[in-house]
Amino acid sequence: MSRDHILHKVRTALGRSAGQAAAEPPAARLRVPEADIESRVRSLFRAVEALAGKTHRAASREDACRYAVSLLDGKAAVASNAAFLAECGIGSLAGVRSGFHDRDELKAACAAAALGITSADYALADTGTLVMISSAEEARMVSLLPPVHLAIMPKERILTGLDELLTLLPLPSEVSSSMVLITGPSRTADIEQILVRGVHGPGEIHVVVV
Amino acid sequence: MSVVVPGKIHETLFDGKLQLAIYSSTGRLMDKRKTAVDSDVLPDYQELREQARLIKKHTLENLDWYLEQLESNVQAHGGKVVWCRDGGEVVDFLAGLAKEKQARLIVKSKSMTTEEIDLNERLEHHGMDAVETDLGEYIIQLAHERPYHIVAPALHKTRYDVADIFSRHLGIAGETVPENQTKIARGVLREKFLGADIGVSGANFLVADSGAIVLVENEGNARLTTTLPKIHVAVAGIEKLIPRAQDLAVFLKLLGRSATGQPLTVYTSMLSGPRRGSEIDGPDEFYVVLLDNGRSRLLADREKRESLYCIRCGACLNTCPVYRKIGGHSYPWVYSGPIGAIITPQYLGTTKDPWLPFASSLCGACAEVCPVKIDIPKLLLMLRSEVTRAKQREGQGRLEKLGFRLWAWMMQHPKLYEIAGMMASAVMPDAEDGWIRRVPAPMNQGPLRGWMSQRDLPPLPAKSFRQMWRTRKRQVPG
Repeated sequence: MSRDHILHKVRTALGRSAGQAAAEPPAARLRVPEADIESRVRSLFRAVEALAGKTHRAASREDACRYAVSLLDGKAAVASNAAFLAECGIGSLAGVRSGFHDRDELKAACAAAALGITSADYALADTGTLVMISSAEEARMVSLLPPVHLAIMPKERILTGLDELLTLLPLPSEVSSSMVLITGPSRTADIEQILVRGVHGPGEIHVVVV
Repeated sequence: MSVVVPGKIHETLFDGKLQLAIYSSTGRLMDKRKTAVDSDVLPDYQELREQARLIKKHTLENLDWYLEQLESNVQAHGGKVVWCRDGGEVVDFLAGLAKEKQARLIVKSKSMTTEEIDLNERLEHHGMDAVETDLGEYIIQLAHERPYHIVAPALHKTRYDVADIFSRHLGIAGETVPENQTKIARGVLREKFLGADIGVSGANFLVADSGAIVLVENEGNARLTTTLPKIHVAVAGIEKLIPRAQDLAVFLKLLGRSATGQPLTVYTSMLSGPRRGSEIDGPDEFYVVLLDNGRSRLLADREKRESLYCIRCGACLNTCPVYRKIGGHSYPWVYSGPIGAIITPQYLGTTKDPWLPFASSLCGACAEVCPVKIDIPKLLLMLRSEVTRAKQREGQGRLEKLGFRLWAWMMQHPKLYEIAGMMASAVMPDAEDGWIRRVPAPMNQGPLRGWMSQRDLPPLPAKSFRQMWRTRKRQVPG
């Protein structure tokens, strides 16, 4: 009832009738610059570091795995089910729990973990952003609940920026119920505009590109 | 027109500590914005603004179409759309949902729309606990205040205020370091997140072609709100629509930069429906509450419709010389600053707080920083004339009208003007430190008294321009 009431008021306000199609919207504005992979990696790292994130260029998957080991240092970690992490051998590291398919078990594990390890579907070079698309491979909580987030990804997934992402994925909602862009560690400046990292999400972020 | 302003303004003006807090915080936000939209780093800033404005204009002109498109796409992804005419219907819906699901604890992420309808207090009356989780919102919820600023709700609170609030409400005394205070809040709120039954968020954008809501934030509380509880309810005004996901390329670039100078905020979540098939986590139920609450009425006013383009970045507050002096709590409603001055009268009625559109120097700084190019000064002028017309209908303002007529008549008669000047010079009160600060007794009343209480006047010169001109003409012949 409220639905019809509101739609009726809106139509009356606009002088439109029910079912009347919209005029053509202004053309979408997307600009995708040319950039080779090396310059994408450089730009991504520069942007992540500017946000106080850590970066590592891994020569191989084994090297990426060694970086994870150095971060682990005996702490409890949860790794996502990403195929790329398995290829790097992350899931079999001591202290790393992985392979979750139950929400409540995952929630308990993530709430207790000191480190969350994920891959990333894409990264945006110009803003230093990780693009996380929720799936059976990537749960939302792994990059959210633990105080430290480590993302390991192949360099081919680095896009120039938001415009390229939305050109590639014009309808992200067709793919998943959730697409999250992560740009640096969680932060707040709500008390006297003083920057504090790690308020609700991870206060530390590490981006490893293989 | 004589303007009666709330006492809160005087209180704020004479609070040195508060003045400093407002001035430095807004100044910092303003500087960050300026750097982020500089042509060196964002050469197409003006094109983006123009495009954003065009998209908003187009969407609002076809709003019913896009609302229905959004609805069918939300449903296609397994979500539900709830239409609410006002705040009461939102509360009824949430209370009913909570009862049905036997939910007790609600976690909330920052939403001006829910502030607008006093959602928290009204849920409390229904026996529900709704906890704000954005750090600034949490602080002001504990202090029982409303947001001081659209993006920085606790802008007026110092670390010492926060220490007091935490000691009173959380029993943790003497913590004055913002970093530690943040840790305390993280700990308390993390427990709430893990135990919450329903997460209530707002929405920065509603994306019609995707059936999605978009949330931007820096803390991660909106992600937790929309990820951990089994039910997610997003409450959004119907004006928040954009047609396509691809339009986010324009709006996200403008919003973060205009609000806090960030090219992108830390987290941008695009959410469409409950978790699907093999997805491991996320809510089981997803509701989008579409709130009218007066918006369709604003839509009907062709000239002022652009007030609904606002994406709530807060840039106009930071740059406004009035907001920066009187602060966020001097405004009569949750929306403060220039945008508050134009939307409040339209939502609550022009004559409720008639001073509001007059509390501006019309300097235009707000229009200059607005990412969707809302012509705020023009709208203020329109609202001023509406207030004046309403007053005239009520039979007020006759004296003022007569005064201006007299003035106009005098200005058209040079001789008369000169005589008036000489008379004024003769009765002029004494200046103090080069300024007339007081009007002597017989004239010190009525509108003049009110006018002078806010202003100092320069004394009239000993010789008028006309007198000097005549002397000069005699000395320099030809």
